[in-house]
Amino acid sequence: MRTSSQKMFQKRKIKNWIGLGVSCGAMAVGLFFLGAILWTLMANGIPALSTAVFTQMTPPPGGQGGLLNALFGSFAVVGFATLLGTPIGISAGVFLAEYGGQSHLASIIRFINGILLSVPTVIIGFFVYTVIVVPSRHFSGWAGIIALSLIIAPVVVNTTENMLQLVPNSLREAAAALGAPKWKISTSVTIEAARSGILTGVLLGIARISGETAPLLFTALNNQFWSSDLSRPMANLPVVIFQFAMSPYADWQSLAWAGALIITGSVLLLNIVARLLMRRP
Amino acid sequence: MRSYGVRGSKIFTERFLAQRIQKLRWIDVLFKSVTLFFALLVPGTLIAIVYALYIGALPAIQKFGWNFLRSSSWDPVASQFGALVPIYGTIVTSAIALAVAVPISFGIALFLTEISPLFLRTPLGTAIELLAGIPSIIYGMWGLFVFAPFLAKNFQPWMHAQLGELPLLGNLFQGPPMGIGMLTAGLILAIMIIPFISSVMRDTFLIIPVMLKESAYGLGATQWEVIWRVVLPFSKQGVAGGIMLGLARALGETMAVTFVIGNAHDLSVSLFSPGSTISSTLANEFTEAVGDLYTASLIELGLILFLITFIILALAKLLLLRLKKREGAFQ
Repeated sequence: MRTSSQKMFQKRKIKNWIGLGVSCGAMAVGLFFLGAILWTLMANGIPALSTAVFTQMTPPPGGQGGLLNALFGSFAVVGFATLLGTPIGISAGVFLAEYGGQSHLASIIRFINGILLSVPTVIIGFFVYTVIVVPSRHFSGWAGIIALSLIIAPVVVNTTENMLQLVPNSLREAAAALGAPKWKISTSVTIEAARSGILTGVLLGIARISGETAPLLFTALNNQFWSSDLSRPMANLPVVIFQFAMSPYADWQSLAWAGALIITGSVLLLNIVARLLMRRP
Repeated sequence: MRSYGVRGSKIFTERFLAQRIQKLRWIDVLFKSVTLFFALLVPGTLIAIVYALYIGALPAIQKFGWNFLRSSSWDPVASQFGALVPIYGTIVTSAIALAVAVPISFGIALFLTEISPLFLRTPLGTAIELLAGIPSIIYGMWGLFVFAPFLAKNFQPWMHAQLGELPLLGNLFQGPPMGIGMLTAGLILAIMIIPFISSVMRDTFLIIPVMLKESAYGLGATQWEVIWRVVLPFSKQGVAGGIMLGLARALGETMAVTFVIGNAHDLSVSLFSPGSTISSTLANEFTEAVGDLYTASLIELGLILFLITFIILALAKLLLLRLKKREGAFQ
């Protein structure tokens, strides 16, 4: 009797160790892939980095050059998309948090926003292609900007609403008791109180759209030369990386690695900054 | 009107104040309408996307009808298009991704909520979330230049030798080990969706009432028994919701898959052979498509992808919403 219960205990203990061990193993697998990807990026990207990368234009096939026009294009497209998407996102978030409450309309908007948040971005690119590129008959920086702003806006809506919900109602009530109208409460009390949270959402959104390739493929396309005209096709880092990495030329591939390192570095940095900002009280 | 109130001396008459309040009220109405307008843009965008894709796909819908879903031919020269190969590729790669990612994500979520020492939880959790921050094009490059050659050299010959002889199942592991193909695409997708699934799972594990776990420990359960018999049953819906969110990601992922799947329009059973998914077909062929029917067929593919992901995301959201309600009931 005693031995059988001991055996059972032993069995349960072993099962416990196996389960916990497998769980630790899963964690190790996740960390391993993060490490492997970052290591590959550094090993291939750091040797490819040079001043030419930041000062010269993208080269023709087989030639030497840099990524200057692509870097500029990415900055322009991502920057304008952020400028366009953020105010829209914040306004919609304010509506959901301050006026929406539990109403049907607000619930539906929340639900749809959650879906837009994870809709495949290639679809967004497609949509902008059929709505803007086809009627205007050419690819353009603006089309890319609109596509990316459609991707960043739901991120901002979501975080803005969540952050505003965290603002204690007593703050709103205190402001109302002092006679402040609702728009004043929103703009100078609640948004102010939730500022760092909203900023986090914007930073995470920027991080998200900086690496987006598929939607730009159908909208901004690419441009081998320097162009600051947003109504023309525009060079941008992700699409250049895609083209160069898939090419058979060693020079192009090494530029692609340099670009990959730059883009991943900045995206991960944005992610970490956003998280630190969030943790600060 | 100004003459009633002497602003400099801060003496406001009743009428001046009434006007002032009226004005502020107008701003209030304006503020509400503006935010409402932007909020309505959210469902507006969704409707616009469906409508634009439908209009764009109309020529193909009219030409092929339901046959579009059944036909496996993809012949731009003869203008014959069918979606079977991309749909098959999408389902197979996503299935591989889920089969690999779900257990690993479960392990990671458990590790981060139950096992890990407290001081490690935040840094390790952040590390896994950074995996989600890496742009998909980087996964594609890494997959093409590092992971695919590795699989071709070490993993695929072994799988072929071990599993290739099995009846029926063996067909999955035939063909030359080229590295690129559906298996590689599925595995890359698995790595990409792990952070999404594990973060949802972690959130649902965190809301389990501590009392439940403590009672189980009090009855003498081991840590694994608490996980398996208390944590998991309690968070079933959240786990399912997280899995579906991951599935939606895998279905729609474009660039990483485009790099490693090989982009072939042949229907083949072997996981080693190149194939194509809906999104990789779009990324590869759309800018080069000539002719209305070709473009319309690609747009119809996009519409199909959108509808599939929409349904899955909607289910995931509903599951997670129900969980949220229950969380409220327990507090």
